[in-house]
Amino acid sequence: MRVSFFLREASRSLRRNAVPSFAAMASVLVTMLVLGVFIPMVQATTGAANEVRGKVLVDVFMKTNATDAQVERVRRTLTQRTPHVGNVTYVSKAEAYAKEKRQNPEAYQLLGSNPLPDTFRVTPDEPGNVGKLRDALAPVTPSGERTVVDPAIDEVKNRRDETTKILSATRVIKLSMALLAALLVLASVLLISNTIRLSLFARRREVEVMKLVGATDWFIRWPFVIEGVIVGALGGVMAILLLLVAKVAFIDPLKQDFSLIAAPETINFGVLILVLLAASVAVSAAGSGLSLRRFLRV
Amino acid sequence: MSASERQIRARHLPAARRRAQGQPVGPPARSADLPPDARNVIEFRQVCMHYPAGDIGLDGATFNVRRGEFVFIVGSTGSGKSTIMRLLIKEREPTSGTIRVAGRALHEVDRKKIPYYRRNIGVVFQDFKLLPNRTVYDNVAYALSATGASRKEIRAKVPDVLRLTGLSTKLHNYPDQLSGGEQQRVSVARAFVNHPPLLLADEPTGNLDPHTSLGIMQLLYRIYRAGTTVLVATHDSHMVDRMRRRVIELQGGAIIRDEASGLYAQREQTTDEFSDMLDSAYHDDPRRR
Repeated sequence: MRVSFFLREASRSLRRNAVPSFAAMASVLVTMLVLGVFIPMVQATTGAANEVRGKVLVDVFMKTNATDAQVERVRRTLTQRTPHVGNVTYVSKAEAYAKEKRQNPEAYQLLGSNPLPDTFRVTPDEPGNVGKLRDALAPVTPSGERTVVDPAIDEVKNRRDETTKILSATRVIKLSMALLAALLVLASVLLISNTIRLSLFARRREVEVMKLVGATDWFIRWPFVIEGVIVGALGGVMAILLLLVAKVAFIDPLKQDFSLIAAPETINFGVLILVLLAASVAVSAAGSGLSLRRFLRV
Repeated sequence: MSASERQIRARHLPAARRRAQGQPVGPPARSADLPPDARNVIEFRQVCMHYPAGDIGLDGATFNVRRGEFVFIVGSTGSGKSTIMRLLIKEREPTSGTIRVAGRALHEVDRKKIPYYRRNIGVVFQDFKLLPNRTVYDNVAYALSATGASRKEIRAKVPDVLRLTGLSTKLHNYPDQLSGGEQQRVSVARAFVNHPPLLLADEPTGNLDPHTSLGIMQLLYRIYRAGTTVLVATHDSHMVDRMRRRVIELQGGAIIRDEASGLYAQREQTTDEFSDMLDSAYHDDPRRR
């Protein structure tokens, strides 16, 4: 009885207050649309930043005359005895030569022999630890020179300047994106609650009368909350439909044409739908429920 | 009340009230008995109400209303009539003093219980306060469903009370399709549908022409005859004089007169025509036969 009464009340006030309800729904729709575009974008940029960070690595060049046994020894040192090692890739002389030759055939034609050393590409466990990793492999002596941990190693390089640049750049990107996302969420919550408050303000007399005939606060509030849920769900669903159209029409073909832009990990579309729907329903239900507090004090 | 008692009380009374006591006051005021009385539906004890803006709503008002009484509260605008109503529905808290309704002190009713307390009081306002986007039927039904009545109960009670108030043909009209008198009837119906023991009417005829006012008063009188205590704040002198009921007169928030069967103002003459008319209306009601 109660539930059906509240549902009837909510649908009645939706019908009777079509214009303010539509305004509330439109504001939900717009903010959800913006959020729906923004969330994957933030993820794409931070994902791209992470990818770049993933490329931060330390090259361990062996001496050109290093034997297989020495290479094995260095590999063991790297994988077992060195801290902050994430991943170790071995690029042999021959492999490196083949790769370079493919990229620049004439130059290597002229060269004749293979000048390249065997190389270990060592990725740190955390991009930030790249300096520590380098210090472990090539400790600084008191005189300021770098030595190497193994005599078979020729040089340890971490392309220092690039690394620090990348690290600071990604940090800035992540921070500004997070800030932007927070501002956007705040703006949308304010927008929605403001619209709802306006539509409630138009009905404050109604609430006053309800209080006077002895309706409890929740008896008055439930229909408004249900109304908020309906408005939020409608706005959310419409935003999702529009996003879906945009995805099918623009993003998907783009993905096929530009597969080079390696799509970094973004949110799954299904999850995005759920997040948006839950957010729109929660915000507008809470918005109408809370905005009512002011008018309930009679 | 003994003379010494009166002196003690007079010392605590505000100036306005003391001045008022100098005037010829009607029959020894019943409102002076101090201990709580089970027969009293309403008890005001030295109630003061000062609005935040500095206006004085009530200034040491003390009176009782017995079960089954019909009481007019008269006085010019700003004399505190509406303040009494507001305090009785606990829309406002008095600055000082005690109000008891049906033996219960209102300041002991906590905020969460106010809705339940209000269900025992029917309220009628000058501006009707109907829900504009509900039909006559739904306006009355809302008051019932707010108290948790079942749909069956609503279907049984609403047509009944609408018949009593003469609105049987207007069930599905919206308030803006009704005349002022009809709207006020709806609001009376809404106030009475729960059969509350106490009915408050704040200027119920303030917006209506004399003829329509008479109809509303007849309706209130009928409700009173059915056993409900009715408190009517009004400045409709004509009506008060014709009905010869108890009159409490306020001035500047203080009670200056309390008469068992008074006139709006003391100089006016008595007529009996209204009570005759009311009686005939009462017997004409098909439900009473």
